[in-house]
Amino acid sequence: MSSHKLARGVALVGAGMSKFGSFKGKTSRDLFVEAFVEMLESVDKGIDQKEIDALYVGNYSSDLFEGQGHIAPIMASWTGLNPVPAVRVEDACASAGVAVREGILAVASGMYDVVVVGGVEKMTDLATEKVTDTLATAADVQYEIPAGFTFPGFYAAMATSYMAAYGATPETFMKVGIKNHENGSMNEKAQFGAKISTLMEARRQSAIKKGLPVPEWDSELEFLHDDKANPIIAWPLRLYDCSPISDGAAVVLLVSEDLAKKYTDHPIIVAGMGQASDGALHDRKELNSIPSARLAGEQAYRMAGITPADVDFAEVHDCFTVAEVIASEDLGFFERGKGWIAAEEGVTSRDGEKPINLSGGLKSKGHPVGASGVGQVVEVFKQLRGQAGPRQKSGPLKYGLTHNVGGTGQTTVVHIFERRD
Amino acid sequence: MENQFTHAAFSNYLNEHRLMGSRDKGNGAVFCPPRPIDPENHSSEMEWLEFKGTGKLQAFTIIYIGSSMMIAAGYDRKNPYCVGIVKLDEGPMISGLILGVDVFHPESIKIGASFKAKFIDRGEAEAQKSFLAFEPV
Repeated sequence: MSSHKLARGVALVGAGMSKFGSFKGKTSRDLFVEAFVEMLESVDKGIDQKEIDALYVGNYSSDLFEGQGHIAPIMASWTGLNPVPAVRVEDACASAGVAVREGILAVASGMYDVVVVGGVEKMTDLATEKVTDTLATAADVQYEIPAGFTFPGFYAAMATSYMAAYGATPETFMKVGIKNHENGSMNEKAQFGAKISTLMEARRQSAIKKGLPVPEWDSELEFLHDDKANPIIAWPLRLYDCSPISDGAAVVLLVSEDLAKKYTDHPIIVAGMGQASDGALHDRKELNSIPSARLAGEQAYRMAGITPADVDFAEVHDCFTVAEVIASEDLGFFERGKGWIAAEEGVTSRDGEKPINLSGGLKSKGHPVGASGVGQVVEVFKQLRGQAGPRQKSGPLKYGLTHNVGGTGQTTVVHIFERRD
Repeated sequence: MENQFTHAAFSNYLNEHRLMGSRDKGNGAVFCPPRPIDPENHSSEMEWLEFKGTGKLQAFTIIYIGSSMMIAAGYDRKNPYCVGIVKLDEGPMISGLILGVDVFHPESIKIGASFKAKFIDRGEAEAQKSFLAFEPV
């Protein structure tokens, strides 16, 4: 019988990320190097690169996005890590979260003491429709895609199921977007690090400059209801309900817990983790919750010996605004059907009882799909160590959770990190 | 075992405008699309079953930015399409294009409403293929 415990403790002692955005002239390896160097610089007592035993790289589809396969040894080469074993991990948008898990398992096994885990994706070389098709390969191309589904479409369908069951409206999801853009406005690494109100004003100014009729929006919500300013992508989801197409990389350093103090006096400990898999969206018993997320969360809480109430803050997979609401229920922060009320009441805002996506989330920070899971861990590392700058959540903070979903929940991976000092 | 419950077999039936799935000979559990192994009891003793094609809408969306395949089929921002998940009367849920609904008034489309299968043929001659869609009963 499996113990579902790590054979030895694992600690996070370094974290870095590139800016997320659209970067012409930069390839995956260029972004990965930026994140890697920032990770090295974040190690309080420094690290000699020769101590690194292995590299794990989350990446969804460099093959289709850049025409480059076999990407892990290239990342090792460009960071000077050859000849260490370099492994690419692919589980769609959960690639990087699963890479973190594989890195943790490798250290816990005793095989390695020091492991680098990164994630990278370079998406913006392709035209939007090709990106849409590439992302669609993360769904079931035999039985879902021929129906006409796209990724925004899947989450929009989950939204209609959720709205019909619990009474949420499209405005609920808009409020999640407003909140995440507010958080992202304090994150210098964010792709769209501006409040919705700022984006709205920029649009007005642009109309004035071009001599076009100047739109009059009374509020952010009115702006978000405007079909021209915020077009429908897949009803009920509009442009500002969707995370952007992004380039970016993120890298963390994992070591065995007994070695952690060699690198820092403030290591972050892996307290719990969980992962589960599932079939196509239509193959599940319910459409307004993600069963793999519930299972992954339960595993992580059990391993950490805590309950959802103990989690101080979470970075959840808000690829679409509705996904954050569903995640907040799947992770047990709120009862089923109550997550949308919590979102409307500000419980998940930075000053609420359960802050979600202090980084701005995938929505504002950006979603380079194969990097996002590590990007979440970078935020938790910084928040737990009090290094999140203007967006630092006032403490004390003990537990931070990450929730990274692949597809519509064919994969979910959850980690709980703990500050013990 | 040689697996006959393949996507090719399902597609061939679909091209004949038949919605076929599999049934576990032991416990009678039914699957559409067909599965070679029952995920509950792990039995691979399956037989083919024809589904009536009727069911109830469980979730839907109106897609304005479609996949390449749907753009090629003539859909765009001005001509968006509805896609949804239907729970077949026999039990399984399946994805399909939803026809015969007012895509510009999504609030008129009701979850729980009854739909029936309609087979859409696309492409010419030997390249012709059928796709599963649903329309209101």
